[in-house]
Amino acid sequence: MKFKMLLALILLCFVSAVSGFGQSAEEIMALPDSMAMAPPAPPSNVRGVDTDNDHGHSITLTWETSPDDGAGLNNVIGYKVFRAESPDGPFIERALIPSGGTGHIDVGAKEKDANDYLPDHVGFYYKVRAITADSLIYAESEVFGPVQSYGQWFNTGRVPVLVFVIFFLFVTLFFIQKAKGGANLFVRRLAGIEAVDEAIGRATEMGKPILYVLGLGTAADIATIASYTILGRVAKKVAEYQTGLIVPCYDPIVMTVAQETVKASYMDAGRPDAYYEDMVYFVTQSQFAYVAAVNGTMLRERPATNIYMGKFYAESLILAETGALAGSIQISGTDEIAQIPFFVVACDYTLIGEELYAASAYLGREPLLLGSLKAQDYAKAAAIIIAIIGFITMNFGIEAFKHLFYVSN
Amino acid sequence: MQEMSIGTFLWTTLGAFLTLCIFSFLYRDNPFYKLAEHLVVGVSAGYFVIILWHNGLQPNLFNRLNDGNFYLLWLNSAAPWYMIPALLGVMMWTRFSRKWSWISRWPIAMYMGIAAGVAVPLEMKNRVNLQIYSAMTDIDWGNFFGGSLINSASGLSQLIIFLGTIAALFYFFFSKEHTGVFKGLARFGIWILMVGFGASFGYTVMGRISLFVQRIQYVGDWTKVAWSGISGTYTLVWFITFGIFALLAVYEFIQFMARRKKEA
Repeated sequence: MKFKMLLALILLCFVSAVSGFGQSAEEIMALPDSMAMAPPAPPSNVRGVDTDNDHGHSITLTWETSPDDGAGLNNVIGYKVFRAESPDGPFIERALIPSGGTGHIDVGAKEKDANDYLPDHVGFYYKVRAITADSLIYAESEVFGPVQSYGQWFNTGRVPVLVFVIFFLFVTLFFIQKAKGGANLFVRRLAGIEAVDEAIGRATEMGKPILYVLGLGTAADIATIASYTILGRVAKKVAEYQTGLIVPCYDPIVMTVAQETVKASYMDAGRPDAYYEDMVYFVTQSQFAYVAAVNGTMLRERPATNIYMGKFYAESLILAETGALAGSIQISGTDEIAQIPFFVVACDYTLIGEELYAASAYLGREPLLLGSLKAQDYAKAAAIIIAIIGFITMNFGIEAFKHLFYVSN
Repeated sequence: MQEMSIGTFLWTTLGAFLTLCIFSFLYRDNPFYKLAEHLVVGVSAGYFVIILWHNGLQPNLFNRLNDGNFYLLWLNSAAPWYMIPALLGVMMWTRFSRKWSWISRWPIAMYMGIAAGVAVPLEMKNRVNLQIYSAMTDIDWGNFFGGSLINSASGLSQLIIFLGTIAALFYFFFSKEHTGVFKGLARFGIWILMVGFGASFGYTVMGRISLFVQRIQYVGDWTKVAWSGISGTYTLVWFITFGIFALLAVYEFIQFMARRKKEA
């Protein structure tokens, strides 16, 4: 018995050795025995095109999965995407996609000195490798290429945005013309805005200054731009009533624009002599250091009124609470949704979101601003109508209307 | 207790001291707070100058004006047009002269114009188009109640979100007086907004409390180290720190008494 078993073992070793003779190491590894996994079939039909509607530096790849991905040998665990500047390589790995994946957008940096710089108008070659749990067993597709990336001048995915902008532009121009023609454009009462004049009067009576905070936005933020207009109005009143004005700024450009705004208002009020540049000053560009400084100013100068208009972040509650502690009347306005609750809690009046934009028109009563405010209302009416139609059509199973308004990135 | 080097201990002590200085603001404005305030403002201003240099001017301007083989006067640049923003930046410096300060309005105007031009389509896309698109919801009628009212996937929640969006928009009509049906819709809109604000407030306050707890833990850890130092390695450091606190407290007390006397 023992002899037979020994003979069978020797025979088995012999058969194994003979069957592997003349095969390469890879082929031996590919044998479906317990020692080696069979390599999967490679992914096929690899294609690459420039990514549409972008600024370039990006190539979109697609491929068909390996027949052994989810079926067949079922040993594909993912795909590795490789890129080279020549079909012969060297190929560098660009992405790892889980099994079942049939595409990848290879986005590179546009800066020349960046590590993953992907230049436009340069031919690149790609191959996709189906990988298995064993890092030595894989299968690669044919090399595809060359394919180039380039930027597009017009993003077709944003046509709805263009349509809305044009619509809004025409409506705005129409109402501006109407306002210039002397039409009486009604603007409803906004308590927060009317309180501005009262607050300036209070400061004058108390002989204390007004603190105006423009927030942490840049000079180009819409909220900051709206805030300039309100600052101009406040500064004009302040100049007329000969009250003090303190404007601590977070951003140097905002400070520069604010200085110009306040200066112009003092000149309009016929008090250029009362203007001095230090009433609008730069503090720092560190959020909480700025808050610490403004808080200190509130408690030392004890302004009668604090006006916060612009873009605010986590500092909103700290500022507003300190102002309340100092006993100032507080009026705030921001379009930062997350910060409005804090202003609502700690301030006497709060302009919510778009009310901030309306405030400038309400205060100024200029045809340009009133016309744009009226146009905003019409744009909102259009938005409501579209949303309701879209809602109804969607619930009746018609998706085409909704897709008209799809905007891609 | 993990052994701490004398340097780490000193910096930790400084951190704890400044934390307490800032917290002293809860009492009232005082020299401790002023010290911390001026320190943080000064340090941050200096820090941001360096940040601006290394992350702004150097990579975006100076490196680009010295990166190629196109020679314009002394410039070795493949992108000499970067001289234009450089020139605009220099024009901002004219603000230091009363006579020439008007020149600085040019770069400001350019900046504002470009920024507004960039902002208009972005704002339209993010705040109008995407909002309208998302509002066109397909209500999940089959799962209308969804187990609970706060299940955002339920049909009822989807319907409330849609109606809330429309009503909130009604609140923001400025050229029509809020009367009649319009008033009802606008009021429902502001309720929806206030519910949202309340939730946001609670969520953020929880975050702030966790920050406060973190600072208290920091001060607590420092206290443990400092206390162990009384009989250990840092006796001198502990007494110096305690001495500073004591001196400042005495100073504040004298100020307080002087104020009371003055008020009396």
